[in-house]
Amino acid sequence: MKTSFPGRHAQHLRLAAFSLLVCVFGSVMPHARAQDTPLISGGVGFLTNTNRGSTSYTMTIAPVAEVPLGQRVLIESRANVLEAVFPTNPGYNTAHFAGISNLAADVQVNSHVTLVGGLFYTPFNTVSERLSPIWINNFQDFPIIAGIGVVGSGNSLGGQVRGNAFSNDNVSVDYTAYFSAKTSNEQFSARRTSGERVTFFFPKSGVEVGESVNFILEGVHSHNVGAHLWWSPTNSWFRFKSEYAHAAHAQGYWMEGAWRLTAFGGPDTALGRLEPVARWQQVFRNQADPTDGLPGQDQNRADFGLDYHLQHEVRINTSYARVFTAGRNGNIWETGLIYRFLFPAWKGKK
Amino acid sequence: MRPKVILLSLLLSTPLSLPAQANAGQTPPPARKAGAQAPHTGTPDRGQVVFNTNCSRCHNAPEGFSSRISGTIAKHMRVRANLSEKDYQALMHFLNP
Repeated sequence: MKTSFPGRHAQHLRLAAFSLLVCVFGSVMPHARAQDTPLISGGVGFLTNTNRGSTSYTMTIAPVAEVPLGQRVLIESRANVLEAVFPTNPGYNTAHFAGISNLAADVQVNSHVTLVGGLFYTPFNTVSERLSPIWINNFQDFPIIAGIGVVGSGNSLGGQVRGNAFSNDNVSVDYTAYFSAKTSNEQFSARRTSGERVTFFFPKSGVEVGESVNFILEGVHSHNVGAHLWWSPTNSWFRFKSEYAHAAHAQGYWMEGAWRLTAFGGPDTALGRLEPVARWQQVFRNQADPTDGLPGQDQNRADFGLDYHLQHEVRINTSYARVFTAGRNGNIWETGLIYRFLFPAWKGKK
Repeated sequence: MRPKVILLSLLLSTPLSLPAQANAGQTPPPARKAGAQAPHTGTPDRGQVVFNTNCSRCHNAPEGFSSRISGTIAKHMRVRANLSEKDYQALMHFLNP
């Protein structure tokens, strides 16, 4: 069959495009060493929450992608897809959410400096950046003060410089400083802020202490201050985490202990898979401020939980919380079934 | 005509992709069981200490993962745990002995 000129032209374009694709996937990606295959990770969860007698259900998936480009660049991304079923009067209603919470490029400049650009978790205290994934947090609910310093979506859009300032066998000092622009984009919501965090980690004792400061640079300017103390003793499954945060019109703290019962035959026994957790937190309000996301009055809360670590990265979380607020105490019961996944994005070559 | 297009494309890309595939095929490390002891020494390998200490600062270590992503995981930990260069290299050595 005779081929017309436009047909030949399209054929050449297809040839060029296909050659380009084969070149890219056949040469660029395999240049990465075999162990640098991009990975897909994240968690899937089915969660229930009964707050003062009203039960809501949440199904969520949070996929994470990590794509190294050469030895110095890492692209990180996390999305959140959530479907909630919650009670109304009468009956139930549903709500859904899908969004990207992290899409950033990490560029290692040298052994002490890494530049991060894009949408990243605001590095204030520890919750947003380190404890927010459902497959990490021991409790379904974030601490009450988690909103301090990470106003809005909890994300920042801009640039960050971070790295290890000093390290020896006794102490490791790391730092983070960032600037975020204001954007109201539905997918990349962030506020104009800047801040820093410095952390000291003592590997021999497993103690970590850090401080955070950030500045709200839009609307009514203010600043937040935070501090954290963690203790992960070596050769032990006990974990202690605590945090303090101070905002313009409120302050508070939380402390949490978790101890997996591996003393009873190791981590793979029926009892060794059990992890009791407890958390105590207090928030003190000195002036009404509907913008900080904290309770309108002083609040205390005690959480008690039992997490059970099944095989294959499946975890069952259960917890009971008693909330103490002037004139309105209440109980919160929560359960969750969470699966954490981690695998290469593609098979790759051995 | 389509087979010719594919053949020509492969011919064009082969010189670029062959060296890379040869490199990728070197020393496939075994899948790493998280927290496993280093096989060549009675004392914990420094990289193992770095992995166990820094991984558990934020979360439980995964039960295991493919050796194909061990370098990616090390890069993730370098950024998130702000590892020093020395610790990063020890971790890379531990994950890819």
